Formats: sequence, structure tokens, C-alpha cells
Amino acid sequence: MARTLSMKDAINEALDQEMTRDPTVIMMGEDIVGGAGAAGEDDAWGGVLGVSKGLYHKHPKQMIDTPLSESAYVGAAIGAATCGLRPVAELMFIDFMGVCLDQIYNQAAKFRYMFGGKAETPVVIRAMCGAGFRAAAQHSQMLTPIFTHIPGLKVVCPSNAYDTKGLLIQAIRDNDPVIFLEHKNLYASECDVPEEPYAIPFGEANIAREGSNVTIVTYGLMVPNSLAAAETLKKEGIDVEVIDLRTLSPIDMDTVIESVENTGRLVCVDEANPRCSIASDVSASVAQEAFKALKAPIAMVTAPHAPVPFSPALEDLYIPSPDRIAAAVRKTMGA
Amino acid sequence: MSDLITPILMPKWGLSMREGTLAAWHVEEGTEISPGDEIMDVETDKIANVVEAADGGLLRRRVGQAGEVYPVRALLGVLAPAEVSDAEVDAYVDAFEMPQVEEDEDSGPAHDYADLPIGRIRYTTREGEGVPILLIHGFGGDLDNWLFNIDALAEKAPVHALDLPGHGQSVKAVDNPGLGTMVDAVVQLMDHLNIEKAHLVGHSMGGLVSGQVAIDHPGRVASLTLICSAGLGEEINSGYIDGFVGAASRKELKPVLKDLFADQSLVSRAMVDDLLKYKRLDGVQGFLEALRGNLFVAGRQAAGIVAGLAGFSGPVQVIWGAGDAVIPQAHANAIPGASVTVIEGAGHMVQMEGSSRVNDLIRDQI
Repeated sequence: MARTLSMKDAINEALDQEMTRDPTVIMMGEDIVGGAGAAGEDDAWGGVLGVSKGLYHKHPKQMIDTPLSESAYVGAAIGAATCGLRPVAELMFIDFMGVCLDQIYNQAAKFRYMFGGKAETPVVIRAMCGAGFRAAAQHSQMLTPIFTHIPGLKVVCPSNAYDTKGLLIQAIRDNDPVIFLEHKNLYASECDVPEEPYAIPFGEANIAREGSNVTIVTYGLMVPNSLAAAETLKKEGIDVEVIDLRTLSPIDMDTVIESVENTGRLVCVDEANPRCSIASDVSASVAQEAFKALKAPIAMVTAPHAPVPFSPALEDLYIPSPDRIAAAVRKTMGA
Repeated sequence: MSDLITPILMPKWGLSMREGTLAAWHVEEGTEISPGDEIMDVETDKIANVVEAADGGLLRRRVGQAGEVYPVRALLGVLAPAEVSDAEVDAYVDAFEMPQVEEDEDSGPAHDYADLPIGRIRYTTREGEGVPILLIHGFGGDLDNWLFNIDALAEKAPVHALDLPGHGQSVKAVDNPGLGTMVDAVVQLMDHLNIEKAHLVGHSMGGLVSGQVAIDHPGRVASLTLICSAGLGEEINSGYIDGFVGAASRKELKPVLKDLFADQSLVSRAMVDDLLKYKRLDGVQGFLEALRGNLFVAGRQAAGIVAGLAGFSGPVQVIWGAGDAVIPQAHANAIPGASVTVIEGAGHMVQMEGSSRVNDLIRDQI
């Protein structure tokens, strides 16, 4: 049955159901088992924010606590994947991927290609991403473009609990390495989620709102921000379509192009830094494939080309807000 | 005097509806309205439909404006006899407080689950007096196919609607699903609800199921209403069945669903999304393929109820949408002695597109 679930609980449920369905699905991460058996609360912590809380006692043979060594356990997860397991490695923050990048982009991403299709690497690397958590420059980045850039990786960044469950199940069942990015400021956001397992295929954008005047293309936390902007603009008579890409690699440009051919205007909203971003990538594709449909220049709303500030006031200005998004849409409309 | 005043409220179609657009009024202030009259059009992000008056009376005030969005149970109009003064109507409108809409169970009649020998079955109930009505949906459908019927029918009798196995939120893991699976589920649910005898109303494949229940268990069926029913002939639009089973994306599914309606603009994005969400549940794809393999062989319907129903003595009526693009309307006349109604301007989902006529016909039969 469908009931309301938070994104955090949707992740937990997807992991639980997949570990139950398939004993080769395992979890590796920091503090996912830690705390079990300690005095007081008799349960594992379930990771830094407790996402996998309650799973250890149900699947004790499928969860491995790791040292604070991303390069070691991400490498181990990738190796285990090539040997028949389906590991889900949890990094606390995407910002820590730097220390294990060779394992990800030079090993996992290349195996299928370099071994002539004979090797598969069904690994999922989950991590929190995004700003707004008052966690400063080293724990707040939106590094989606870095992974999207690399052939051989699939990149997912969901915006709501329903998509999160279905995309994580798909990620676990997928035979290629998947970077699964969870915006920490969306963990508490709730929506209807079926209890039964289900998989959402990669490369299919979701039209989060239909509209006829302007197309906003976005993902992650910027989806609710764009929907809030669309609600404001509706009162001004501007009808905005909001496309949630859901997966950045593969990317569903068909849905984007079709929408822009209908509206004639495009605003790309991306929490990542602007250079070589998802926003610039989508902008370039639309300029190449649907230039004649455009009635106005493409607009981008992104974070500035600067690290995420620790000052709360500055951090709030850093993240594209509904107001900034609405202003960009108005400009595109010539208002 | 306020006990003479009756409000007209924004309806609630299904658990997920939170608000609706009052698209148009069909009645002017000062009109005497009878229950069942078509009074306005309401649209949600999922579906649009005409709203029937639940109560009769003189329409004194149109509070809701056409084109505006209102929450479920908002005050849209006021019925009151002429002796109630305008000032009293104004006072009623000003003092009206929207019944509180809770986020979960209280937001409307909830769904229930029954753990039956066949597995878990979801159903919903509207209480009432008399022999109950049981609503049985078609291939790929669920109990929400009766959104525009269930409350209207509950004025006359208790109503239950179920999700058949493999559908909606009922059990998906069923071995070799076929007509027998569906019949078992219906009979087991009737047992579970202590229903000795029911009026069965079946749409499409649900009509076939209803007929087979009447054939196998004639003592438990008070009457049959077969709507655009399967089992009355061999022909079927196999393009629809194959398209529905095969569609893996919004783009593939949307054109297929247009076969269901005479007014194809009713196929909304939300409707397509909801069906995709159903199709993506674990087990559904395999279930639908297996069921198709048993019921629709080589593009023909494999099971029929016409011969078997010759021995059924209860009333049988057949309702069809004139624009049905899934099962030929000619099948409507297959059952000797059955009363037949063909509704113009409606397609295969005639219980939605022609809901007020269909509701009248069912209420008249029972």
C-alpha cells in the first residue's frame, strides 16, 4: 500500500527489500554497524545520519562496517562487484569521493569497456550531496557534473521519496557502477511511496509540473525550489513546466527537447557550480538540437563559481532560491 | 433556519485528491435541483468529470467561481428553500467552516486489506442497507476505476470495490493467473465480508469475472451488470492489450490509454504516471503477461460466459460505450433477454465518461 514516507526512510526500505530479495546485495560503510551491542540503545547507528538504522539486525551477514578509509572500502566494493556480489557502498559525503576517485573513474567505470564486455561491476556508491546543511565547504558540494562527465558511470540524483526508492532499487539491480546522490536537505521530505518494491528505469525524466510558457530543467533539491518558483509565477500568468531529470547519466534529452519545442524558452537550474555543469550541458544540447524552437536566450541559475560558504547568511545566498529562479524565468519571458 | 440550508461541496474522488478546479457550472442560481442532476464540471490533475447533485433543493448561491481551484470539501454552492432569506444564506456562507481534512485515514473512506487464501486483497467499502453491490474492475485497472460510481451507488446499497489479484495494491505473486484466480478472489472476499449474495457489477475483464462467478456460484449473485464486458464474443482490440502490457514508458503508454476514452483529452499525465507506477511494481509485468496469455490467445478472447449464463436466473443488464475501441459494441447483444443500454459519447471507460447514466442504470436494476 502507499503511505507517506520520507526520502530517508525510502532509502532504508529499498535497501531492506533488496537485501531480503537477493543475498548477494551487501552494504559497506562507516558506522553502519557501529553501535550494535553497545550499552543503552541496542542497535547499530545506521550511518552518519541513521539512514540504514534497523537494518543490521535483519541482515547481519550483509552489512560490513569499514574503517575511515574510503579508498580501501570503495575499492573492495568494486572488486566484490566484479566477483559476483552487489555491494552498496555508503560514503558519508560526496565530498570524500576525491580520495577514492581512481577506484571509481579509472577502474569501475572502465572494466566493462576494457574487458570487452566480459566484466560487469554492479556496484552502487551512495553519498549525501548538496548545500544548506551548515556543513561548510568540504561537506556541501554538488559534484554531480564530475561523475556525469565520466563514461561508464551512471549518476542518479532524486528529488523525492517515491523516485528515491524506485531509483535505488534500479541502481542495485543495474549491472553497471552507479553513483547515487542523496541531497541531505531532502531526507525529511515526504510523499506517497508504495510498500511493494518497484524499479524506475534510468534515463527517464519526470515532468514534475506541466506548463506552456517556459521549461525549467533541473534535479535534486532544485526541483522543489523550481516548483515553488512556478507557483509564484503562475499568479503572474506565467505557466512553467518543470522537468526533473532524475538521472544525469543517462540523461533524458528527448523529454527536454520535446518540452522546449513546446514552450520555446529554457531555464536550467543547477545547484552545482556553473562551469561544465548539468545546466551548461543541457543548455548546449538544446542550443544544438532545438535552436530554432527558442524564442529567447537560454538562462542558467546555478551556484556561483565559489566554494560553499560556512556563513549561514552567505550559504543561503549561494543556493539558487525560488526568487532567483523566478527572476530568471521572468527575464526569459521578456518581463 | 440553517438546518434548511444544504451545502454543495467540492467532491473527493479517491484518497489522493486534495483539491479540484471548478471548471464550469451547469445550473444557474434560482434553479430547482434534483438529486442526480448534473450541476458542475470538476477537474483534478488526474481526471475531469461532471458532478451530480447529492441533494435536491433550490440553488440559492453559487459560491465557487468557474476556473478557480478549491480544496476538497470547500463550499461551492448553497441550496435552500425560498423562505430562507438572502441574509441567512450570506450568514451561512460567511460562517461556513470547511470540514477538517486529515492527511491520512480521515480524509475519506480508507482502503482495507483482507488476507485471503489467494493472498492479500485490497478493497474499499461504503456502508449501507440491503444486498451489497460489488464492483469488479478490468484488465490493468483497480478499484479507483469506480471513483465516479461508488459514492453515488452507496445511496442505494452498501458498496464494495476490490483490486483483483495482480492489480492495484492486491497480491502480485499468483501462479499462472487466469479467470479461475479472479473468480476465487471475488468469492473469497465475499466470504471474508460475510456477503451471502451481491449485485455484481463488472467492467471489461471484470464483467467476464462477474459472469463466471454467477455461473459457478449462481446462489451468490443477485444480479449482473456487465459494462463493456469481456466474455461476450471473441473479438478484442489486441493492440490495446499488447500495448498496455508492453509499454515501459510514459511515451509508449499514453497513446495506448487513448483507446479507453471517447474523449481522449481525459488521458492526463497523472493518469499515465499512476499506471506506470503500478506497472513498475515488482511482479506486475510477469503477472500481466501471464494473464494475457491465458485470457487473450492469438488476439482473441479465450473465455466466454454467454452459454453458461443461460442457466442464470437473476437479472442481467449490459451497458456499453458507443465509442468503445477495446471490445466491439456488437457484443452488447450477445446475452438473450438481457437489457442493453448503449451510451453515446462514451468509450470503453463508460462508467467514468458516462458515470451519471451508468449510476442510474445500476441503481434502477437493484
